[in-house]
Amino acid sequence: MGDLFTAITNLLRGLLLGAGVPAAYVPWIFAVARAFVLGVSGLTLVIFLIWFERKAIARMQDRIGPNRVGPYGLLQTVADMLKLLLKEDVVPPRGDRILFHLAPILAVMGVVGLWAVIPIAATAYGVDLNVGVLYLIAAGTLGTLGILMAGWSSDNKFALLGAFRTVAQLVSYEVPTVLSLLVPVILAGTMSLNGIVSAQGAIWFVFSAPLAAAAFLIASLAEVARAPFELLEAESEIVAGFHIEYSGIRFGMFFAAEFLHAFTIGAMLAVLFLGGWQGPGAAQFPTLGAIYFAAKTFLCYFLLVWARATFPRIRIDQMLNFCWTVLTPMMLMLICAVVLVNRALADSTILLRAAALLGANILVGFSTLALFGRRMRRPHPHLHARVGVEGERIA
Amino acid sequence: MISDWAFIGIFLFLSIFFPLVPILAGVLLGPHKPGRVKAQTYECGIETRGPSHIQFRASYYLYALVFLIFDVEIVFLFPWAVAYGKFPLYAAVEGVLFILLLGAGLIYAWRKGGLAWQ
Repeated sequence: MGDLFTAITNLLRGLLLGAGVPAAYVPWIFAVARAFVLGVSGLTLVIFLIWFERKAIARMQDRIGPNRVGPYGLLQTVADMLKLLLKEDVVPPRGDRILFHLAPILAVMGVVGLWAVIPIAATAYGVDLNVGVLYLIAAGTLGTLGILMAGWSSDNKFALLGAFRTVAQLVSYEVPTVLSLLVPVILAGTMSLNGIVSAQGAIWFVFSAPLAAAAFLIASLAEVARAPFELLEAESEIVAGFHIEYSGIRFGMFFAAEFLHAFTIGAMLAVLFLGGWQGPGAAQFPTLGAIYFAAKTFLCYFLLVWARATFPRIRIDQMLNFCWTVLTPMMLMLICAVVLVNRALADSTILLRAAALLGANILVGFSTLALFGRRMRRPHPHLHARVGVEGERIA
Repeated sequence: MISDWAFIGIFLFLSIFFPLVPILAGVLLGPHKPGRVKAQTYECGIETRGPSHIQFRASYYLYALVFLIFDVEIVFLFPWAVAYGKFPLYAAVEGVLFILLLGAGLIYAWRKGGLAWQ
């Protein structure tokens, strides 16, 4: 039971070789099987994630949520999926047909592709790339491209507005996301995700770089365009934004990609800042490590759901100001501080270094608040004027 | 053993089919009754006026430009982040100088009003 993954691999290898498959083909068969298992389990997980999110948000809003189909409403998403499959697939006759068909595929590809490098346990991962963090950034951008293509090719003004907002939002928040990914790389001294996880054996990076973890959480909330940042599909402003012309399971693919992306953000947080599969006894028993990883990922995913149920949508000027005049300068300062502290204390003990890094984080956090925090509280001049007039009318 | 990037290639190739299979199933399973009203742009109920590919405001373009500058320069920081520990202290300080230059660029764009949403 200690190492389920190696046991299964060895069992399958024995079976394949026993059945007379040439030894040269076995690694390729395993690669295809691994990719298939990772992708299919990711997309199957979405069914559960959608149910979980609906249920959790319902509870936070003092509702019951889905409870009719199956026990505790567990089969609600399955029913929804079947319904989406049986709907007519309407393709707008105008617009760019090729891009229109390509967009949902790219959106799903960009999210599923991330799971190729995420280490689930010490012995269970797709591949251990030596530039894993760069791969995460690159593959994640495919989804943005998909959204942009969907908005452009739909031949619909609302969809196009959604695509414009995508350019401004996803592209802007890419900068703080990438900067916050730089911090674990600096601390671990490697871009491989397995290397980053093993570097957190003694102390998790969330303790030595809490500010980077917070910045990553906020910036990636914007990257997946979820609740406080869902400007590109704001229902009350631009109907559904980029996916307005999509129907049936084509729309379902965008929906699935969004939910899986949110979960993947949770997994990335767990791997980069919460020690991935690290935990008591995880090095000896990789199966236990996978359980730790799943628990941490769900905790982070719950944070995203919680944020969705808590915060109202923010305005586009607030969103862009926050990105460029708070998050980005803060991350630049933090990287300077982390590098200098980490380099200066390279020979001291791990605990002392972590304490110094934590101090640097707190210092950078407070100086950011002091330097840029006051600006953020100022209301938008136009909005302020309008609220004043309406307030008088009510009074 | 096969190379890491061969696995990535297999993975990305396979992941084309994960969305493609449900979409094709949807096309096969769903009804197909095209109509004039269905083909209309889904906006407000009345027929849409003018081309959909309208001009967009220049602010979006400015953000894309600032992003491009930043992202390209941040990519240079990744190899440095991996290697700075293996060099003397001046390598770390030089990286910090580079980041300060980036910060100066950010302040310049900010002072010029390039980051303000109009």
